Amino acid sequence: MFGTGLIVFRETLEAALFVGIVAAATRTVAHRTRWLALGAALGALGSLLMAAAMAQISSWANGVGQDLVTVAILGFALLMLAWHTIWVSAHAREMTEDARRLGSSAAKEAGALWAVALAVAMTVLREGAETVLFVAGLVSGGTEGTGSVMLGAVIGLMLGVAVGWLIYAGLGKVQPRRLFGITNVLILLLAGSLASQLARTLQQADWLHWLSDNAWDSSSLLSNDSLLGMLLHGVVGYDANPSQLQVLFYVLTSVLIGWSARQIRLRSTRA
Amino acid sequence: MDKSFIYAAIIGALLTSQAHAADNEVVLTIKNHQFAPAEIKVPANQRIKLDVHNQDSTPEEFESHSLNREKLIPAGAKAAIYIGPLKPGRYDFFGEFNPSTAKGVVVAE
Repeated sequence: MFGTGLIVFRETLEAALFVGIVAAATRTVAHRTRWLALGAALGALGSLLMAAAMAQISSWANGVGQDLVTVAILGFALLMLAWHTIWVSAHAREMTEDARRLGSSAAKEAGALWAVALAVAMTVLREGAETVLFVAGLVSGGTEGTGSVMLGAVIGLMLGVAVGWLIYAGLGKVQPRRLFGITNVLILLLAGSLASQLARTLQQADWLHWLSDNAWDSSSLLSNDSLLGMLLHGVVGYDANPSQLQVLFYVLTSVLIGWSARQIRLRSTRA
Repeated sequence: MDKSFIYAAIIGALLTSQAHAADNEVVLTIKNHQFAPAEIKVPANQRIKLDVHNQDSTPEEFESHSLNREKLIPAGAKAAIYIGPLKPGRYDFFGEFNPSTAKGVVVAE
């Protein structure tokens, strides 16, 4: 039960932190909760379907089918986050005015919420399919009772969600004036993290060869398995032993999206 | 010189550098939540393809911090994991779903 809970917690944590951060970033947008819940539900449904098809997916493309699917999921999630960031920048002025006037943005400003919802769906899908397979494997394996497995899984899931809620609540304590800046940076780092994982998947599947040496190894200082390591992985994409290509993807992606958003915001406020 | 020619040359060079396939293939079996062989000897400084075959009726996740790899191997399924080029040394890996029994090491020399 303990082992089950721990693994389910680890798988849940990354998605929960992702949802917590984007929920805080979209706090003032009307109908936000409905959209994010829809995204999470879609991701959960997709997890069941993907778990059922995983054995077939694995055998595709000479054994790198899973990486193919992961690249598609990560790439799509990254695109959606970038789209949302750019959209918000282009509408920054109207949104701030609306928020000042109405206390929250009007429904029409919900604009790119669908993009955030889809990014959430992709994140839940990626972590969810593995969790479903793991739990189903334990139940069918039969070495541990079904009740004990399910209890462990539920506890792990709830603990993961609780940490996601904590970061959301913590960001809620930040003054609204500063919140926008903080969540903007956090979303850029989430995008960088997605790009870094994309790079690793491309290398694991042998689609990219360059810069495969590790950039550093901090596993003796802060391992990926430690609680802090897992939290930092979920929030800023921490990796104890990343390849040079991962670091390059991370930096390029967050800088590129951040720079574009800034240019667009400057232009839209000037106009 | 024409600019497009330079671009074509660069792209060509990159593609060729990509083209060398991994010649080193190692078959790694998972059975009764254990890896066989538990120790894999591979040449250093070359790309290696691990052909992982999970013969158990439960899924396993191949994970290695030092190799920076993580991949789910569904029950009864086969999957490929590319690693390296590695500096000489020992690289531990384990099965995340059965960490007490599923352990192994890649030795690059």
